[in-house]
Amino acid sequence: MNKFKALLIGACTAGLLPAAGVAGPDDDKLMVNDELDLATEVAAPAHLDGALGSTIYSGWRFRTDETQALQLDDFDNPAMLTVDAALDAFNTPDGSEGKSCASCHTGGPEEFAGLSASMPKVIDGKLVVMEDLINSHRQEVMGAEPLKWSGQEMQGMVALIGLQSRGMPVNVAIDGEAAPFWEQGKEMYYTRYGQLELSCANCHEDNWGNMIRADHLSQGQINGFPTYRLKQAQLISRHNRFRGCIRDTRAETFAEGSDEFRALELYVASRGNGLSVETPAVRQ
Amino acid sequence: MKKILIITGIVTAFALPLNAEIIKPVDVSFADGAVETSLTGTPGDPAAGRVLMNKGAGNCIACHAVTDLQDLPFHGEVGPMLDGVGDRWSEAQLRGIVSNAKEMFPDTVMPSFYRTTGFIRPGNAYTGKAAEGDLEPLLTAQQVEDVVSYLLTLKE
Ligand code: HEC
Ligand code: HEC
Ligand code: HEC
Repeated sequence: MNKFKALLIGACTAGLLPAAGVAGPDDDKLMVNDELDLATEVAAPAHLDGALGSTIYSGWRFRTDETQALQLDDFDNPAMLTVDAALDAFNTPDGSEGKSCASCHTGGPEEFAGLSASMPKVIDGKLVVMEDLINSHRQEVMGAEPLKWSGQEMQGMVALIGLQSRGMPVNVAIDGEAAPFWEQGKEMYYTRYGQLELSCANCHEDNWGNMIRADHLSQGQINGFPTYRLKQAQLISRHNRFRGCIRDTRAETFAEGSDEFRALELYVASRGNGLSVETPAVRQ
Repeated sequence: MKKILIITGIVTAFALPLNAEIIKPVDVSFADGAVETSLTGTPGDPAAGRVLMNKGAGNCIACHAVTDLQDLPFHGEVGPMLDGVGDRWSEAQLRGIVSNAKEMFPDTVMPSFYRTTGFIRPGNAYTGKAAEGDLEPLLTAQQVEDVVSYLLTLKE
């Protein structure tokens, strides 16, 4: 309770102060559970060609101290409840074959260490994101119903698998088979959608560090996804975030789970190549 | 028949004087980014313009800080501070900037507030769904005049 009160007061004061002085990321260091050092600032990947300057930053560095604090210890991180529920689901049989994930993945979710850091990736000519892997396993080998893209069961499982890569550098491939998908995502990133005609780059490349209304603009990185959003009090999928950001430009958005958003996800992930996977992050 | 005549009469009576003077978004003519002629012929109301600067239709302070609006929270810093714009720009230039800032500042992130065509995937307001039918401009012609008259009061 106190924490949230402090949070509200923090946010309001920040907004009332003259805008100058807030700009840029803060200098805080992100160490989780007093043992895991996460890189929230690294050299920008070469493919950006200086578009974000020489350094890329995690969104964590743009949040208030109160929001940041919730990510420092897994006991305080509200996302962990949903992740714990996903671990239970991992071990619980579901579907016509009477199998659980653990029936085959006997090493537990730990088997997937490093996987999320390299997702999305191309498998058999298709660009695949984590939600696709989870649902294809549920449907094809378990005979279970697919999970809803942005539902808490799905995002809990995406976060559980992502957690196994926490601390590893994001490293998605953008060449070879991935190249055409990456180009498609890049084009979307620079398209000025909607009646407000704002591209992702207009806010997260041209204006990161600036205030837009009450929000301190970050570089729009996805290394912390699924993130727990305090405003919505639940885990948010990458595609849900994209959808919201496009909707807010008074545009017709794309659907969660669409090929367009898969391509955009690959491109946005690649802008964070080198940052630590932070899953599950906490945001305002 | 009589009814129809009466209705037509009413509609014409109200529509004529308005239609005669309001310049539609597609008919606005720009010269060096400025718009000389008032969009409505009715002088703007600075008090109404001040209100439009805040949340809702205008939402100008999402991107701009204005000292005169200090009573309102959360001023943005995406665009320049607007203090003194009444000295820096003429009325015609401000009308041009508010109507379609891309005429004055090509490629600017500032939205075009009095324009209805040429968008990519325009939506039905903030629903995320496709727009249905013709788009309404973000500000009406009179609201543009109100905002311009407010901006003219911002002198150093
Ligand atoms: C019937 C056995 C079986 C079940 C049940 C099963 N899997 Fe798998 N899974 C496999 C096999 C075999 C592979 C490796 C071959 C492949 O990639 O298809 C695999 C691969 C994966 C991968 C990709 C690993 C990589 O490195 O590419 C993920 C992620 C995964 N499983 C998640 C799950 C989840 C989550 C569940 C429960 C919802 C589940 N699996 C249930 C057999 C199973
Ligand atoms: C009008 C400005 C605006 C536009 C345009 C915009 N965003 Fe955002 N976005 C925001 C704001 C404000 C936030 C919340 C503060 C922050 O993290 O920047 C945000 C947050 C995000 C986040 C969460 C970052 C984190 O650390 O959790 C991602 C990811 C993101 N945006 C991606 C995108 C993508 C992709 C696009 C283009 C489809 C886009 N945004 C377009 C304003 C915008
Ligand atoms: C998405 C952000 C954004 C919004 C919303 C916005 N503007 Fe702007 N505005 C800008 C930027 C950026 C500039 C600087 C022009 C450029 O791009 O070079 C600007 C420039 C201006 C200027 C010229 C400023 C000067 O000092 O020379 C005026 C006047 C102005 N805006 C008024 C408004 C008004 C009035 C509104 C609301 C109806 C508004 N703006 C909404 C971003 C915005």
